[in-house]
Order: sequence, then structure tokens, then C-alpha cells
Amino acid sequence: MTSNAYDYLDGNAAAGELSKIFVMDVTAAEGQCAHCGAIKHFAEAHIYMKGPGIVARCAVCEQVLLRLVEVRHRMLLDVRGMTYLSLETSQLGESS
Amino acid sequence: MWRVGTVVALHDETSTARTITLEVRDWPGHVAGQHVDVRLTAPDGYSAVRSYSIASAPNPERRVELTVERLPNGEVSPYLTQEVAVGDRLELRGPIGGWFVWRPEQAEPIQLIAGGSGLVPLMAMIRSRALAGSTAQFRLLYSVREPEAVFYRNELQALSDQDHSVRLTYAYTRATPKDWPRPPSRIDAALIANTSWPAKLSPTCYVCGPTSFVERAAGLLIASGNSPDRIRTERFGPTGEKQ
Repeated sequence: MTSNAYDYLDGNAAAGELSKIFVMDVTAAEGQCAHCGAIKHFAEAHIYMKGPGIVARCAVCEQVLLRLVEVRHRMLLDVRGMTYLSLETSQLGESS
Repeated sequence: MWRVGTVVALHDETSTARTITLEVRDWPGHVAGQHVDVRLTAPDGYSAVRSYSIASAPNPERRVELTVERLPNGEVSPYLTQEVAVGDRLELRGPIGGWFVWRPEQAEPIQLIAGGSGLVPLMAMIRSRALAGSTAQFRLLYSVREPEAVFYRNELQALSDQDHSVRLTYAYTRATPKDWPRPPSRIDAALIANTSWPAKLSPTCYVCGPTSFVERAAGLLIASGNSPDRIRTERFGPTGEKQ
């Protein structure tokens, strides 16, 4: 293994930043990858956060699911790598 | 949304790790396995955010314990493990996460696998189990560098002694206690086979540690017949935001 082979974290690590946008917990949400069709919990996504912003990649095919970057007073969210995200409403008010 | 926590106690777990107990007035309660983001802001306005797992079980006192491992070139962890004093205030966001959690309603066998400070959220699960009077059967496989690096050793031993439903296995990677049967080495298929639940019992598995450790442990669990659907993972890394 090279030193860069495991330079990602997972969806748990991005949940704090995403809580600025989502009231519901995103880690337990299920999303479908628009590239390979895999349906996984967002917690399982590979997260790259060393550059500016956050990039989430599919744990199966490594294509980009989501990008989030904050510049001055704006947040830019690109979710075209996911066909949908299904959030659990039972989580409302508990861990939001 | 950022909350303010006041440091009410400090306790050194090892020479490089410290538990910080915070009292958070508006804490909404948490579930074992969740984490918080901690934000430090310098006088010039520069701020840094890092994630830390909650070590304490849910409790009515609105107390949150974080065990922080000091990273040699860390930006935040040296402050939290060396500078913070009782009475200081820290900014917190959370509790965060509804997937890497254990709830007392879960009755199935539980397999916990920790790599180093990845023990912290799993300890919250073990403490939560005890506090809730759960009878769920737990097994913990704790991979750690050396005996001196073990967190919560006495408490783990006491919990395991008083209730044989929490079984502990230590796996040392660099140095072992004297006369330890297994030479220092990474976890492997034989260790998983000998110490973890048989896959046919369909345990829920929680794995937490550095990314390379988590990939290895999850791979071994799957190779031994566990369904990927029953494995929950949380990764952290010194170069990322999650420690």
C-alpha cells in the first residue's frame, strides 16, 4: 500500500459541515450513485477533505457523489452524482 | 448550530491522550457512537474545526466526555490535550451522526473492533450498554500499539469482570505485555475467527479506527462470512478533519 492509498475518510466526517444545510442527519440517509447505481448510506461514502471544501465519492465506483465548498458568504453544493438521497425523518430533533 | 461547553474535568488516559469532560447547558442528549465537531478560534479570527467521538454514555447530567489523542503536528489536539483548563469554554457542534450508533433496544450480538483511539465511540456503546442494563452480548477486539497506549483499561476490565457479556480481546501491534501469547502484529483472519462472533449469529459489527485499519478489519469480517450490511464503519485520519 502506498502512503496515499487511504487518504479518504467517510461520510461521518462530513456530517457536521453538511448539518449547515440539512436539518436531518445525512449519515443514515441512503443515496443512489448516479454513475454505478449503488445504493449506500451516506456514512459509507469516501470523503476527501484535504483540499478546499468536501468531495464525497461512491464507495463502490469512486465517482463523485457530492461536492461542497464554502466561499466567503456562499456555500456551493453539487449533488449531480446522486440520483436521490432518502433521509430518515425519525432522526428529526434527535441528532440534527 | 454551535453550542458552548464548559470544561468541568480533565483526566489523562495515556501520556498522549486526555479525556475532557464538558458540561453543555443546552445539550439535547446523544446516542452512543455519535461525535461532535469542536471549533477553536484564535484572537485574529482564524478558526479550526475537528471531529471527536463522544466517549460517555447518554446521561441526564448533560455531560459530554471527549477523549483526544495528541497528534505530533496537530493544530487542535495539542491545545486540547495540554492547554485546556477546567473552567474553559469550547464551541461544539452536535451531536452528529445517526448511522454509526448503538441503541439499547438492539438485542443482537455486537462485535466491536477498535484500532487505537477508534475505541472512543465503541467505549460509549459499552458504557451505554451498562447504564441501560442491556443484556446484549458484546465482544470487543481492541488493536493497540502497546500496553501503555490502552485507554480505559481498568474500567474495561471491571465491566468485563462484573458481566461476562462483554468479552475483551487485546491485540498489540508493536509491543506486548510480558509472556503475551500473540507476538506484536496486525489483526488477521485467525484472530477474527478465534475472538469475534461467528457470522452465522449475524452480529452487528462496529469498526472504528484509521482508514487503513478500518478497511482491513471490514475486509476480514466480510471474508469470514459477515454481510457488508451488518458492518458499520467510522474512519479517522491525522490528515483529515476526523480524529
